[in-house]
Amino acid sequence: MSAAFETLAAASGIKGSLNTIGFGLAAIGPGIGVGIVFGNGVQAMARQPEAAGLIRTNMLLGFAVIEALALMGFVLAFANP
Amino acid sequence: MSNEEVLAFETDCHLFQDCGFPAPSVWSFLFEPIFTVGPIEFNKIMLLALLGTALILTFFWAAFANPKVVPGKLQMVAEAGYDFVRRGVAREIMGKKGEPFVPLLVSLFFFVWVMNIWAVIPFAQFPVTSAIAFPAVLAAVVWVTYMTVTFRTNGFVGGIRNLCVPSGLPKPIYVILTPIEFFSNVILRPFTLTVRLFANMFAGHLLLLLFITATWYMLGTLGGTLYAIPAFVFALILTGFELFIQALQAYVFVVLTANYLSQALEEAH
Repeated sequence: MSAAFETLAAASGIKGSLNTIGFGLAAIGPGIGVGIVFGNGVQAMARQPEAAGLIRTNMLLGFAVIEALALMGFVLAFANP
Repeated sequence: MSNEEVLAFETDCHLFQDCGFPAPSVWSFLFEPIFTVGPIEFNKIMLLALLGTALILTFFWAAFANPKVVPGKLQMVAEAGYDFVRRGVAREIMGKKGEPFVPLLVSLFFFVWVMNIWAVIPFAQFPVTSAIAFPAVLAAVVWVTYMTVTFRTNGFVGGIRNLCVPSGLPKPIYVILTPIEFFSNVILRPFTLTVRLFANMFAGHLLLLLFITATWYMLGTLGGTLYAIPAFVFALILTGFELFIQALQAYVFVVLTANYLSQALEEAH
C-alpha cells in the first residue's frame, strides 16, 4: 500500500516525507472530536452556569485524551523519515 | 553537522539568493555540549532545567520560609499558586482524600510550567520538556505513585481488580474488557502522559522556530520584507498562543495525575 503511495507521490512530483501526509490524516478525527468536546462543553456551561468549574475540568480532561491521538500522529511524522 | 542542518540565522541566507529555505527540523532540538564530565554531556537543556529548578526552589523558599498570618506580596502570589492547584485540582477531582497528594501535584504543576515557559524567555527560548526524557521521567514518577497507592489501599488482589476489572458490568464483557483495561491503565497511561506533554512542546517550539526563521529568511529585498512582516506578526501571535498552551499543558498534566490517583484510591467493590 505504502509503495503504491510512494510511486504515486513520485509520479506527481511530491518530494519529502510522506509521514507528514499521515499526520494530516491523523489530525482529522481528533479535530472533529475536539470540536464536539468544546461545543458540548460550552453548551453545558450555558445551560448550567453554576457547574462551570466541574464542566471545564472534565472538558479539558476529554480534550487531553483526544488530543493525544493527533499528537501521536505528529510524533510519528518524524519517526521514520 | 551536514550542510542542511543549519538555521537561516546561521548561514545568513535570504530570499532570492538561490540557497533554499533551511527549514527547522528534528536536529533543531540537539545541542552541542557546553562541557563534558565523564560520559555525561552538559548541554543547554540541562542548564535550563537546573536554572528552572533553582528558580522554583528560591521562589517558594523566599515565600514560605517564614510565613506570616497576614501574607506579604511574595507569599500572596505563592499562596495563590498553591491554592489554585489545591482547590482547582486536588479538591475538585479527589475531594478530601486528595489532601496528602497536594504537595506532589503542586510540585509537578510548577515544575512542568516553568520548564515549558523557557520556550518564550528571551535567550533561553527552548522548552525543556520538548526533550522527551523530561516528560518520561515525570510520567514515571506519576506511574510509580499511582501504582503504589493502588496496591496500598486495595491490597494485591484488590489492586489488580482496581486496575483491570471495572465493576458493575455483565459477565461476558469482562473477557474483552479486562485486557483492554490492563493495557490502558498500566501501559498506555504513562505513555500518553509522556507523549502529550512532549509533543505539545515539540510542536510549539517547531512552529515558533519556523515563523521566526521564515521572517529572517525573507528579509532583505523590498518584496521579501512585505512577506516577512506577516510572518513576524504570526510569530508574535503564536508566542501568545504558546504561553496559553504551556499553562494548559501543565494544568492537564496535573489534572490527569489527580485523576489517576483518585481512581487508585477508589475502594474495590
